[in-house]
Amino acid sequence: MIRLNRQLIAQIDWFLPALTFALCAFGLATVYSSTYEPAHGVDPLVVRQLTWFGVGIAGMVAALTIDYRTLERFAYVAYGLAALVLILVLVVGVVGGGARRWLRIGALTVQPSEPMKIVLIIVLARCLSRVRSTHGGLDLTNLAIPLALTAVPAAAILLQPDLGTVGILAVVFTSMAFAAGARLTPFVTVFAAALASGPLLWTYLKPYQQQRIVTFFNPERDPLGAGYHIIQSRIAVGSGQFWGRGFLQGTQNQLDFLPEQHTDFIFSVFAEEWGFVGATLLLLLYLALLLRGFVIARRARDTFGSLLCLGILAMIFWQVALNVGMTTGLLPVVGIPLPFFSYGGSSLASLLVGIGLLMNVHMRRFTFSPGAF
Amino acid sequence: MGTLGISRRGSPHELSPLLARRIAVATAVVVVGFLFMAARLWYLQVAQGEALRSLSEHNRIRLRRVPAQRGIIYDRNGVVLAENRPSFDVLLVPEDAGDVGGVLARLGRFLGDGLASGELSQQQRGRAPYQGMVVREDIAWSGVVGIETHQLELPGVTLEVTPRRLYPFGTLAAHLLGYVGEVTPRDLENRDDLRMGDLIGKAGVERRLDHELRGVPGREQIEVDAVGRRVRVLDEEPDLPGYNLVLTIERDVQAAAEEALADNRGAIVALDPNSGEVLALASRPSFDPNVFATRITAEKWRDLVGGPSRPLTNRATQGQYPPGSTFKIVIGTAALEERVVGEPICCGGGLFFGRRFYRCWRKGGHGCLHFHMGLVQSCDVFFYEAGSRLGVDTIAAYARRYGLGRPTGLDIEPEEAGLIPDSEWKQRRFGERWYAGETLSVAIGQGYVLTTPLQMASVMATVANGGTRYRPFVVKRVEGPGGSITEFAPEVAGKLDVRPATLSSLRAALVDVVEDEHGTGRRAQIPGVEVAGKTGTAQAAGAGVAQGGEHGAPERLRDHAWFVAYAPAAAATIAVAVLVENAGHHGGTVAAPMARLVIERHLARGLVDDTAQQTAYRTD
Repeated sequence: MIRLNRQLIAQIDWFLPALTFALCAFGLATVYSSTYEPAHGVDPLVVRQLTWFGVGIAGMVAALTIDYRTLERFAYVAYGLAALVLILVLVVGVVGGGARRWLRIGALTVQPSEPMKIVLIIVLARCLSRVRSTHGGLDLTNLAIPLALTAVPAAAILLQPDLGTVGILAVVFTSMAFAAGARLTPFVTVFAAALASGPLLWTYLKPYQQQRIVTFFNPERDPLGAGYHIIQSRIAVGSGQFWGRGFLQGTQNQLDFLPEQHTDFIFSVFAEEWGFVGATLLLLLYLALLLRGFVIARRARDTFGSLLCLGILAMIFWQVALNVGMTTGLLPVVGIPLPFFSYGGSSLASLLVGIGLLMNVHMRRFTFSPGAF
Repeated sequence: MGTLGISRRGSPHELSPLLARRIAVATAVVVVGFLFMAARLWYLQVAQGEALRSLSEHNRIRLRRVPAQRGIIYDRNGVVLAENRPSFDVLLVPEDAGDVGGVLARLGRFLGDGLASGELSQQQRGRAPYQGMVVREDIAWSGVVGIETHQLELPGVTLEVTPRRLYPFGTLAAHLLGYVGEVTPRDLENRDDLRMGDLIGKAGVERRLDHELRGVPGREQIEVDAVGRRVRVLDEEPDLPGYNLVLTIERDVQAAAEEALADNRGAIVALDPNSGEVLALASRPSFDPNVFATRITAEKWRDLVGGPSRPLTNRATQGQYPPGSTFKIVIGTAALEERVVGEPICCGGGLFFGRRFYRCWRKGGHGCLHFHMGLVQSCDVFFYEAGSRLGVDTIAAYARRYGLGRPTGLDIEPEEAGLIPDSEWKQRRFGERWYAGETLSVAIGQGYVLTTPLQMASVMATVANGGTRYRPFVVKRVEGPGGSITEFAPEVAGKLDVRPATLSSLRAALVDVVEDEHGTGRRAQIPGVEVAGKTGTAQAAGAGVAQGGEHGAPERLRDHAWFVAYAPAAAATIAVAVLVENAGHHGGTVAAPMARLVIERHLARGLVDDTAQQTAYRTD
């Protein structure tokens, strides 16, 4: 099962990790810049991010070594554990920035909603790959279980509250259901149902949680918050112009005009420093990574593998699109990190595990499970 | 598909046509999405780039973090022990200044000293454009006035007001209050609420209740003019000030304790025996916590931490000393409770045990004594005998019932445990059995026994209130904004659990230590008030019997002086422990008058709050 023979190693795709590491390197440099203060040395955040990168590499290797079909077998066990941990967060989690999102394990602070994304993708891939579809594609009854599987962690994360992550879970689910062959009617129905259940859910929230959600959707209620940030972020991106202001030279970043410089608004820092040239190059790196991923999904040896890849790709794509949209002022401010780039160890490590899974599917595209003959 | 493991390259299994089609659609969506993003970037960075660049360069709107007002610390009667004062720092933005050298030269006039542009070069390196450099921190008021009135001559110069911690009484209660300082990278580990440059509590109450004291910083959106000066505040989100603390400390008693210690090295702890509230906790030598509020030089830091006097060490909680004869309170309790000292014991100036002669502090001997006079005169032979009848393990058991041998649980750190040896400990520590002769040393509070002044004050408090051991604490109340109040209630840490007769005999003897003409603690007498106490003289570690530890010996080998007391004896409102390091005199000579000063100041003031009422319904 775990044997990595020479034939398998020969099948490793080096294109994917090369792109990933390039992204991570740019990301780390930008975290350094966004936490840079002339009077102090290297910010401990940079060191921590580097440490998490190491953890992520280990996770990536582990995700590559285990045959992904083994993951399929244990998908529900992993899902159950991850869901329990999410509930644990609500009880004993660490509060930061007004939300309870983290667990402290020894010296580490972990954000369990990040690995949950990967676990959910695995479970959805398993579930969707086994649905017996009718001729016209999947309908609402086929999607009921996958939807419920998504709703449980989404509800727990909503209570933290972390609307950005809930949004990502929703679009990942939608994307995977679409890829698995869902008909368009169920989507419309689900969307209508979600809209209808909103008010009901609302009454269950505590007043302060309602307050947070209202502020989320209506940034003007927080005059020093989102509205100001949108403007400053746009100025930052634009002032990079064609060639950029240069590393550590972005005034919007260094003078603290930008909010959340090292997390959600890190793209603005990068765009200010590296200009249109750098930002486009960065987008090309992401695009290349995603296109390579689609090739892998297309060549996967089974539907589960294919859907697994597509789920991971959906997660990466939507996070990039929503984050860039937010920082360039196209979308409202919702906290979504830029993959491989934003400060945040749990996110980085989970994404690297995701890349490991993509490589895994690619590497084993010709192999057959012992049961196949 | 007959091959094992790896099939022929090029034809993997057939994906369902629907899935293949949907992958194609997804790929198209992604490509279009990226084109869209690239177009947006083109619009912002190229089409509007020039305009936005100029906006960024003339960015008049700045968002500032406003440090929160740190909570104020009061003594139990509302006297301010720690507060905040504004400090004016001079900032220079070279881009706005133009002629930096000229501006610095003019600035020097107002600051009263020469300013070289060279000293700024370090900040200059790696600085982002338009970022201010700190020229001087915490300048005098005259400088503030000068700079404010000559703004036109000083382009690019701004004054920044930052709150700094102020301890109005300087060294008073420094060890207890602690001090604040800038966060270090290590403090920042796993902390989202802290930024570089923030101030946090580094010791004492400031550290232990840092979270409550710190508050939440506010944000301020300000508009600045062309030379970077603040024009007006556009919007602000006020800081949430930190919580205020009310301590159990009584400022006057604390001051009395520190005055009493004067230039001696040592510690004084005063407790309210009916609650465990710390009335005073003094350690000498001390330091001025105000020093840490400004940037501190390496030299100054070495002075504070280094050297044999170690002023940062809190001797009241971290200093571990042999308790000497004050330990006879513990031995006495055990001996009375175990009924091993029914008949008089005779002292001829010493005792042969094994092959050694164990001396009594009085060469001529005390004659035959009952327990009462044995304790009053602190006869060593009496306690050698009592101790050897009890055995070390029984002694240790009673010592632990007094809370010795482990931290008292005081609500500020750090605190040492002291050491109460027993036969098991000896076996574990040295792999050797306990020798009976060692019990004799323990019986007079020597040998391996170590206690902190805080622990000894707690022993006295326990005796004073009739056998209840309270956990000592210094934070009485936390007052949140909007009047929310958290009150800390006394906490019982343990019960002595002895017969009333035992305690009353012990207490009667402790009174006569001070009041009887033969007592060793007569210098603690206060007219009109009955004081109970016990003296102690402890050999410093390393000092042999030969040196005698008297005044002539080298200083670090001289004896430590102890005095522990409570008063008024019948219904005590204060329990005190005094320790003077290397005093070279008996506890009764050096330490007893110090305890008297502290008790006098306490009684003169009278407790303002409810402690007096609690005294009224004490069971004892």
